[in-house]
Amino acid sequence: MELTTVWFVLIAVLWTGYFVLEGFDFGVGVLLPFVARDEAERRTVIASIGPVWDGNEVWLLVAGGATFAAFPEWYATLFSGFYLPLFLILLALIARGVALEYRSKSDHTRGWDRAFFWGSLVPAFLWGVAFANIVHGVPLDASHEYTGNLFTLLNPYALLGGAATLTLFTFHGAVFLALRTQGELRATATRLGRQAGLLTLLVGGVFLVLTQLDSGRPATWVTAGVAAAGILAALVATARGRDGWAFTANAVAIVAITATLFGNLWPDVMPALDPANSLNVTNAASTPYTLTVMTWVAAIFTPVVLLYQGWTYWVFRKRLTVGP
Amino acid sequence: MDALDLSRWQFGITTVYHFLFVPLTIGLSLLVAGLQTAWHRTGNPAYLRLTRFWGKLFLINFAMGVVTGIVQEFQFGMNWSEYSRFVGDIFGAPLAMEGLIAFFMESTFLGLWIFGWDRLKPRVHLATIWLASIGTAVSAYFILAANSWMQHPVGYRLNPTTGRAELTDIWAVLTNSTTLVTFPHVIFGAFVTAGAFMIGISVWQLARGRDVALFRTSARLAMVVSLVAAVGVAVSGHWQAQIMTEQQPMKMAAAEALWEDETSAGFSLFAVGDVENGRNHVNLQIPGGLSLLATNSLDGKVEGINDIQARYQALYGPGDYRPIVGLAYWSFRLMIGFGALAALLALAGLWFTRRGRFPRNPWFTRIALLGISLPFLANSLGWIFTEMGRQPWAVFGLMRTSAAVSPGADVLEVALTLVGFTLVYAVLAAIEVRLLIKYVRLGPEPETGTEPAEPLPALSY
Ligand code: HDD
Ligand code: HEM
Ligand code: HEM
Repeated sequence: MELTTVWFVLIAVLWTGYFVLEGFDFGVGVLLPFVARDEAERRTVIASIGPVWDGNEVWLLVAGGATFAAFPEWYATLFSGFYLPLFLILLALIARGVALEYRSKSDHTRGWDRAFFWGSLVPAFLWGVAFANIVHGVPLDASHEYTGNLFTLLNPYALLGGAATLTLFTFHGAVFLALRTQGELRATATRLGRQAGLLTLLVGGVFLVLTQLDSGRPATWVTAGVAAAGILAALVATARGRDGWAFTANAVAIVAITATLFGNLWPDVMPALDPANSLNVTNAASTPYTLTVMTWVAAIFTPVVLLYQGWTYWVFRKRLTVGP
Repeated sequence: MDALDLSRWQFGITTVYHFLFVPLTIGLSLLVAGLQTAWHRTGNPAYLRLTRFWGKLFLINFAMGVVTGIVQEFQFGMNWSEYSRFVGDIFGAPLAMEGLIAFFMESTFLGLWIFGWDRLKPRVHLATIWLASIGTAVSAYFILAANSWMQHPVGYRLNPTTGRAELTDIWAVLTNSTTLVTFPHVIFGAFVTAGAFMIGISVWQLARGRDVALFRTSARLAMVVSLVAAVGVAVSGHWQAQIMTEQQPMKMAAAEALWEDETSAGFSLFAVGDVENGRNHVNLQIPGGLSLLATNSLDGKVEGINDIQARYQALYGPGDYRPIVGLAYWSFRLMIGFGALAALLALAGLWFTRRGRFPRNPWFTRIALLGISLPFLANSLGWIFTEMGRQPWAVFGLMRTSAAVSPGADVLEVALTLVGFTLVYAVLAAIEVRLLIKYVRLGPEPETGTEPAEPLPALSY
């Protein structure tokens, strides 16, 4: 395989890791006002992601850094082009991170809960908007600068993409909460999970079909099918109280959806409306030397990271009880 | 103001703000790790209480470091897309390494530390804070390697067809002489910062008269750390000045308001300059001081601004290659000055706490509390000096700042985000300070006995 392809795949893997892991963090945030009735329950809900959310967020930072290193033109075009949505995402992530760390230490827990809710909802929605636009293509000029504005990005198809990731992550959060809690909390999470799952199947299904009609290829019809099957399986498992299976199935669905999006993208990384101006894995890439260096770094350190992050989840595997 | 100026303000504000939290994180994480190690070794509950007290304050600060860092990661693309296209091949590598090697490590192990008190074996739990702390230093190394490349580009070539800089030698980038001297300076600076923070709060607690033995320990610890670090900062700063004289002579000349080439140049203490005509009205100097600092010899030659300007015009074409001289001059002086005051404070503290004593003088308490701000000022001014002194270059000798900005940057959008970030940051700063004060007032948790009967709860939630 060409190194540029290796790095395209690696960046897809980083985004996948981000969506699978921070996806449930976002979902937990969106669900907080609906699953928890009192302070003790709210504390339990937040404790379910307490030890891991920051590590999960780093997947995004590494995806950003890796894009800068491997495809600088992609990094430059994407983040200067999607300027205002990215600004909103950053503000949301700031509010959310501070809320998670400060809610227990301050006297205004309800205010922080609101920050956590919006800080989770906004990025869960906007990442979908961003990826729908990336896959569909945006106006770029000959020097690969984005020439549209904010409203170019807020087209109906992209908004549907946002709704799809929002429902998907909400479902993921519900399934995760059901897996990590017990008693009342688990029952509520399961009930909300069923509703969110049905919604995801509907909104996500329409989005996937539209995406496939717009930019699909045979291989990604398969991954799209896997995604739909995964969500369906997660729904069935949720209904049967098999939380572990539900979580696994939904995680597979998220992997498959990300694979579909990136699969449709390749070999472009930022398709332009005028194909002559598109950025692809060749014209956006760093030199072979940089890619070789970075391949070694990734080959050595990625397994180490996976090991200790996996261990963290093992350490905190016990279901949480609602404390006094 | 145009999009370039606004982008510069935005980058300057967000980065200086990020660096308010960074040094405290780096320094305090290691001190907390040290305290926990002392508890682990001796079983003395006083160390446990100190670990948890300072650990809480550390976490309050860490959260801010993390959320402001997220912005940094994307800023190069947002406002400096031309820069990103030009240097991505080289500059992206250390940034990606920082994420993969350091950020994963610090965030994951810190999560384990916060929540692992009752789930991990004591030894494993101790290891998590050490790993998190080492992670912060590793992160500093990679980001400083990236920054040093902008100060002194190495290990690259310019591709004549694409006009972009390309990496030819990653080792040259990671062992850039500029990085090797900047890293110790920043790390020692971080310990001066954590030291002053610990001194101020400990002395205040001592004045309050509760847990006196406890806070006498942390006050003395912090004073020693501060003093040693202050020496380290001075020594590494001296190396930096020498390397800078060689690599960025204009920055050194501006820092000293030295207009003409001089042998046996003096170290300026106070100057009033006349930038228009390239000379000083007033200049109070230590004779030979600058030559000694920059070249290790009392009569070494140091280049002046006017001469370098002429040389650069011949080399790079017409243009003004002078940074804002007054800013470089004062930020350099004040960095050193505030650092020296912080060292003096630590020294005075050691005197006041000698042989079992503790300071009763309310003035000393007040000064120690104010002293917390000194290293924060020194750090910010150090960066302002380093970065503004490099102007007009974004990458020294290769790319001007004016060419680095995103061509599509819209004045309104940049202004909006500039105001947005600044407002949010101001609110967060107020919240953080209030939280810190609240937890300082609360004081350490009550003693639990030698061996905690109950497993210790997590540090938050
Ligand atoms: C000398 C040290 C230093 C410097 C110059 C910078 N940082 Fe920083 N940064 C750290 C030292 C650090 C740290 C000590 O590692 C932090 C502070 C608090 C923390 O959580 O880690 C951190 C956090 C931090 C995070 C959050 C990591 C997480 O979620 O755990 C990001 C994304 C960045 N930084 C990125 C940057 C970028 C792109 C910079 C350049 C403009 C930058 N930092 C300057
Ligand atoms: C955390 C420590 C840092 C601080 C406090 C800091 C501060 C500053 C300041 C004050 C400016 C000047 C803004 C202006 O010119 O008006 C600036 C510019 C800049 N710095 Fe830094 N900086 C830091 C670290 C870095 C690092 C690590 C990098 C790269 C890895 C970097 C890259 C830049 C860039 C690209 C600019 C914009 C160009 C410019 O305006 O000069 N900075 N920074
Ligand atoms: C005798 C005292 C000091 C000397 C001689 C000194 C020297 C220097 C020099 C020459 C630079 C610029 C390097 C460059 O642009 O290439 C610098 C930068 C800096 N200084 Fe200092 N410094 C001193 C004290 C301090 C203190 C006390 C602190 C903080 C507590 C501090 C924090 C910084 C920081 C954060 C930077 C920017 C990063 C860097 O380039 O290293 N300095 N210092």
